[in-house]
Amino acid sequence: MFPFCFEWIWDMSHMVFMGGLWYALTIIGLGMTYCIGKAFYDTYMDKGKDDHNH
Amino acid sequence: MDSALIPKGVKRCPTWQFALWIGAAGAVLLWGVFAMLLCWFKGLNQTNMNDSYGFALWIWADLAVIALGGGAFFTGFLRYIVGKDELKNIINYAVLIGFICYSSALLILAIDIGQPLRGWFIFWHANVHSMLTEVAFCLTCYFVVLTIEYVPLILENRQIDKVPFFHRLGHNMHEIMAVFAATGAFLSFFHQGSLGGVPGVLFGRPFAYREGIFIWPWTFFLYTWSAAACGPCFTILVTWITEKITKKKLVKQNVIELLAKISGWMIGTYIIAKIIDTLYWAKVTAPAAGFNLMDFYSNNPFYGIWILILEIVICGVVPALILITEKGRKNPVTLMTGIILAVLGACVNRWVMVLQVMAVPVLTFESWAMYYPSWQEVATTILPVAYGVILISLSYRYLPVFPQEQELNPEA
Repeated sequence: MFPFCFEWIWDMSHMVFMGGLWYALTIIGLGMTYCIGKAFYDTYMDKGKDDHNH
Repeated sequence: MDSALIPKGVKRCPTWQFALWIGAAGAVLLWGVFAMLLCWFKGLNQTNMNDSYGFALWIWADLAVIALGGGAFFTGFLRYIVGKDELKNIINYAVLIGFICYSSALLILAIDIGQPLRGWFIFWHANVHSMLTEVAFCLTCYFVVLTIEYVPLILENRQIDKVPFFHRLGHNMHEIMAVFAATGAFLSFFHQGSLGGVPGVLFGRPFAYREGIFIWPWTFFLYTWSAAACGPCFTILVTWITEKITKKKLVKQNVIELLAKISGWMIGTYIIAKIIDTLYWAKVTAPAAGFNLMDFYSNNPFYGIWILILEIVICGVVPALILITEKGRKNPVTLMTGIILAVLGACVNRWVMVLQVMAVPVLTFESWAMYYPSWQEVATTILPVAYGVILISLSYRYLPVFPQEQELNPEA
């Protein structure tokens, strides 16, 4: 649910619940975007091929 | 035939033997899928749920696997946030078990809601006054986190790792895994807690109702605590079962003992809090609602006082004492006894807080409502076990799940 939906009410419950959800999704989304973006960049620049996972 | 996919330096059974094993688990899986389809196409009349049991076997299974899957978030927290480096040798398996537990929980919920096509309603038309909404949010987000934690392991497969992009992606994900682990710990704290909060706020059910702090009943904290305490025990138990089946040592004993020791202290502190909570509930909360302790444990064919003793003493105090002491952890028999009892304790706790809550009569003209699951409910509850066996088998065969396996089994 987004704030522009008709069900939205500007109260503490909506802000905490939905804010928490979007906050968590944002962290996950940004984290994955960084990983995928950096992987594309490194592959393109031929960097990091000898990095080992640990 | 599939040797190119098997990790280097380790030995696996022949393909035909593996196919037979997967076939056996697959047959059980199909039985569960058949029951699941019955529930979806014919409806929840396939279950023995009724007006007394809106929550039944599925919700118990759901809560139990979520508690036992808590090993993933707590081991991740210890490994990435606290810095217990030894746990890197078991974290992959903890994540895999957590992934199985949480995907199973979501599958069970998809069956339980009866109308899975409307599953997204809880996100879009969220009831922001419901603890179950918080559970749904955190559960889904944490499942995404677990998937992110599991993907790098898949990318380490010998053939996939040869693809330059996947190799770098896996490395990048490892690099920032602490961020995902911290997010997972945050999400787990809230959804484990809210699952406990659900029975705790049922003021119309004196067996479950508890006082608390602000909007959170004590059960909120007890559930999170017990999941963090017993989840790692389930990881150790599944590791032990895997070692017995594969006839190999897969994780060094010092790693197992470290995790068992931390679990032991967590169970010990949890069970003290649980005893205090139970005493206060028995002496103050329940009497205030007009009930005595024995009202909850008599005049019925199943729920005697034994279940309280089983949960708190046998599956709480005993495993805590075993796992806290070095002597208890060093002896393989007592170690595994403690581990099994702790796992059983979490399952009994969830059973009591889901099913006994429903069974206890509340009004004077009511009697105990007993419940027996239908075969469809049993089959769909066993379904995740078969699914777990298959996913563990595939992961063990094709992915480097155990970093110490080669060192511990040099003859391979």
